[in-house]
Amino acid sequence: MFEAIFLQFLNGLDKGSAYALIALGLTLVFGTLGVVNFAHGALFMLGAFCAVLFRQLMTMETITIDPTKLSPWGAPLEVRAPLVQAWFGDFGAVLVNYSVPFSIILTIPVMLLVGIAFERGIIKHFYKRPHAEQILVTFGLAIVAQEIIKSIFGPNPIPQPMPEAARGAADIGIWLGMQANVITYPIWRLVYFLFAGVIIGGVFAFLQFTTFGMVVRAGMADRETVGLLGINIDRRFTIMFGLASVVAGLAGVMYTPLLPPNYHMGMDFLVLSFVVVVVGGMGSLPGAVAAGFLLGILQSFASMTQVKAIVPGIDQVIIYLVAVIILLVRPRGLMGRRGVMEA
Amino acid sequence: MLAMPRKDLILFLGFAAAVLAMPIWLQPFGAAYPDLLNRFAIFAIFAVGFNILFGLTGYLSFGHAAFFGVGSYAAVWSFKLLSMDAVPALLFAVIISGLFALAIGFLSLRRSGIYFSILTLAFAQMSYNLAYSVFTPITNGETGLQLSLNDKRYLDRMFFEAGAGLPSPTLFGVTLSGYVAFYFCAFFLIATFFIAQRVTGSPFGMMLKGIKSNQTRMNYTGVNTRPYTLAAFVISGMYAGLAGALLAITDPLAGAERMQWTASGEVVLMTILGGAGTLVGPVIGAWLIKYFENIFSAINDGILSQFWGFLPEGAQHTAVLISSKFVGEGWFLTLGLVFVLIVVFLPGGVMEGVRRIASMIRPNKPTPASADSSATKPHPAE
Amino acid sequence: MTLLKRGLSRRRVLQTGMAGIIGTGVAPLMFTKGAWAQEFCNNPTGDTVTLGLNLPLTGAYAEEGADEQKAYELAIKHLNGEGDGGLLNLLQPSALKGNGILGKKVAFVTSDSQTKADVARAGATRMVERDGAIMITGGSSSGEAVAVQGLCQEMGVIFMAGLTHSNDTTGKDKKRYGFRHFFNAYQSGVALGPVLGQEYGKDRKAYHLTADYTWGWTQEESMKNATEALGWETVAAVRTPLGAGDFSQFLTPVLNSGADVLILNHYGNDMVNSLTQAVQFGMRDREVNGKQFQIVVPLFSELMAKGAGPNIKGIFGTSNWHWNLQDAGTQAFTKSFGAAYGAPPSQAAHTCYVQTLLYADACERAGTFYPPEVIKALEGHEFDGMGNGPTLYRAADHQCMKNVLVVRGTENPTSEYDVLEVVQEVSRDAVDYDPAIFGGDLGPAEPAPIC
Repeated sequence: MFEAIFLQFLNGLDKGSAYALIALGLTLVFGTLGVVNFAHGALFMLGAFCAVLFRQLMTMETITIDPTKLSPWGAPLEVRAPLVQAWFGDFGAVLVNYSVPFSIILTIPVMLLVGIAFERGIIKHFYKRPHAEQILVTFGLAIVAQEIIKSIFGPNPIPQPMPEAARGAADIGIWLGMQANVITYPIWRLVYFLFAGVIIGGVFAFLQFTTFGMVVRAGMADRETVGLLGINIDRRFTIMFGLASVVAGLAGVMYTPLLPPNYHMGMDFLVLSFVVVVVGGMGSLPGAVAAGFLLGILQSFASMTQVKAIVPGIDQVIIYLVAVIILLVRPRGLMGRRGVMEA
Repeated sequence: MLAMPRKDLILFLGFAAAVLAMPIWLQPFGAAYPDLLNRFAIFAIFAVGFNILFGLTGYLSFGHAAFFGVGSYAAVWSFKLLSMDAVPALLFAVIISGLFALAIGFLSLRRSGIYFSILTLAFAQMSYNLAYSVFTPITNGETGLQLSLNDKRYLDRMFFEAGAGLPSPTLFGVTLSGYVAFYFCAFFLIATFFIAQRVTGSPFGMMLKGIKSNQTRMNYTGVNTRPYTLAAFVISGMYAGLAGALLAITDPLAGAERMQWTASGEVVLMTILGGAGTLVGPVIGAWLIKYFENIFSAINDGILSQFWGFLPEGAQHTAVLISSKFVGEGWFLTLGLVFVLIVVFLPGGVMEGVRRIASMIRPNKPTPASADSSATKPHPAE
Repeated sequence: MTLLKRGLSRRRVLQTGMAGIIGTGVAPLMFTKGAWAQEFCNNPTGDTVTLGLNLPLTGAYAEEGADEQKAYELAIKHLNGEGDGGLLNLLQPSALKGNGILGKKVAFVTSDSQTKADVARAGATRMVERDGAIMITGGSSSGEAVAVQGLCQEMGVIFMAGLTHSNDTTGKDKKRYGFRHFFNAYQSGVALGPVLGQEYGKDRKAYHLTADYTWGWTQEESMKNATEALGWETVAAVRTPLGAGDFSQFLTPVLNSGADVLILNHYGNDMVNSLTQAVQFGMRDREVNGKQFQIVVPLFSELMAKGAGPNIKGIFGTSNWHWNLQDAGTQAFTKSFGAAYGAPPSQAAHTCYVQTLLYADACERAGTFYPPEVIKALEGHEFDGMGNGPTLYRAADHQCMKNVLVVRGTENPTSEYDVLEVVQEVSRDAVDYDPAIFGGDLGPAEPAPIC
């Protein structure tokens, strides 16, 4: 029983790290810009498709058709020669093998640009408009983004293999001094957990220890005063939106080996991430992270057969149930500041 | 009751005539077949009801599909247990969805703004997930609730024997299918439009608009706004239930996917697209979206190459390639683009566009609807 | 009030002009039943006949949908006498002439069912009411098939099911107007059981993860029956929501449950995800109870095997058909499909192609499109040459009785399409069963409803 609980706890941390990463970006945008961004899930999805694009580039092949031979299904035989291996040799093979982590290099600039384009193009006109309209315009943007991806990459999920070395499971039980094979957990999921930790730590350090971060935090607290001090807060906010997009995008990239990306994965995560943000407290970064992990763990435990035997269907609703209770009992969330968005 | 202002009366009669004549004027658009016409009427009712909440009070619900779904399930259960007649099904559906809306509204309306949206979203997703899993005995899960030969139909059995095969929904013995079903739905669309029109013009409607423009001020003047918003919520929930029941009457099947949050998003899109806060706007929005979904989405490459047939070979190919991204399976892309453009440039939706064009044509005459245009800039209470 | 029933004649009147409301009332009076015995839904009066293809082009089973569309287009080409004729020449007995159906050129309309029952029904209704489809076919989920089949019964339009594997389609939800060529979960269990016993022994503990809808339930039940008959013990059977994506929270409990076999009653993307994730959890490298841990996927297809990649290697399952079979029918179809699309066909493509031909053949044999006659022609029809060996369209439940393939993931694939190998062809007699065990009622064929 202990192992079962421990495993479910690990699983919760693993789920939670994805929730926390998405909610972090969402909160950054809400906290700094005051914008309720329904397109955030789409940014997550776009990030995942950066990994797809990178892999497609890395696995480009020259196809020569050999008309003299036929394949077993009667079409002329195609002879395929991978390009990257031809150019880079062994390094090319490494690039293909590690395409997911390497695609981070592509994701960061792409997502930064996408984020800045979103903000400058559309969202900045909505700072003063009511939240309902912000929701609507970003909801529309999300639809456009996902439909563009659909028309380019097709409606089907595109599996992204993880690096050879990270396949299979690690025996955590042995590290903790238990018997072999008692607690094993997929390596990539552990990698994702660590990766999330690094990103979250990075964002907090950035806000805490840089001048830029200090100004942004001041802006979050009191935008007008900071503006009066002669600081161009707008430009910093643009960069913050870009940063939030990058965080969402990176969360998406590293998630691809766990779940083959498809065009509507963003919408699937969007509702969840909003719930996480609300539970953590609108505008509270530590709240978002804590709530992400909390909800991940709760969801994982709720899926246990023993729990479902007591409350049938609880695994389907636990997250929403928590959100409803928090909103009704403590609308500022776990760690939200008093007065922010309270009504 | 009939003492309506002249302007309202003209609007109402014009609307009724347009709805009743739909099988004729939709002919050139390829949309005049009963199933789509039914959907036009049903989703128009849904959107008109949604507008009573969102358009008037500014409360943005992202969970209205739940009431729609509950209405459908209730209607099908009425068919299974009581009778194939549409009247008990409708009554049952409206009552159940009304009670459901009362419970959810009572809790959700304790918060406003984005919190309200998330609460409704959470409730709707809970209903959807449960309908899909543990409530399977009631909802039949993914397969959807359908009629079967060994349903009880106690009321019907009291009067006559079961015939061979599956029965169809009836209205006092008349089978509701094809154009009969459409005129049945159209009757309800016109009736609910009339009710919405009366609600908007009534003191109650004025109160709701007051909540939208400044709830705090309303509270300071000593008005308790909660009962008013709750009433609006329940009314719009009943509208959704009615629409859901009508969909089950025209096609006796209820599936869980009509409760998913994207279905709630769809009615939001309809209302905004047409023009929130106006009476006709949501109807137009619903028709546009259903037209896109059913007709636009069926355009395939074959039809496109015919359309671009006048172009030279190469250009035709390119034109087909580009345009195929926006029709057929890509219809949702077009919809998304139109939606974003509308929210950015025409926050009042199609109706604001119509007004702007009208005022361009008649620049001197102040448009009577300009009083309404302030309502198109919703300021929900935060 | 029969005059206001939905009628083709009325639709036609509306199409030809703006006769409008008056026409809707009058026209059917001229065409009341009995006056013309052959008056029925969408009776093709011109020189073309329209088939309605209801395809899941988006959603969980989209990959199958795309392949099905290709197969239908190929079948229609062949029916119209274009292309290399495919299986047209191999169907035995055959009444097909290669000049369309009953001399009418075959056309088609499509609808994206999004793998959702609701949408599938709306699409089918549109194709019948607006586009004049004489027959509806397609789909790759049993939820869709059951929903559309019910609709077709009400409208009096024949439904030739595409990929649907649930027992219910020809069991408790069977319909007079619905026909299924594909095999079902019960037959999967019967065919797979003995092979599993042979490979994995009699003393096993099985853990089921099941897609939470009609197909999943029936397959879980069939697999439980088959494996428990072997002496296996069922540790747990957990339902997972369709399209869950991340199955990790359902997989972790498997690790410590004491089970040594995981049976994945998932299909399509769900199966690809759950299998991939199960392998990530190291399940295939585990030893439990002193035995190698095994994963079984009772139903899988080439498309899913491709999606799952190397994870599928060595995993047992069943298939309706496989392009690598060596009979003449299979080879002809594979060649024809491969030449047209550059890849071998999937089992979904095959079943859809065959269904189209069978419908056309039945119309030719009946000499009419009148559905009750076509139904009679299909019921109890025995045919061969389509790649599944001798096949019977059973009259009692409209289920095709034919051989079932037990397959496993290829260990050393020679090409990207070489993902499955046929382990055993289980004979038609071995997977035969009494149609009464699933209950259900086909309902009447006549009077043919007027849509």
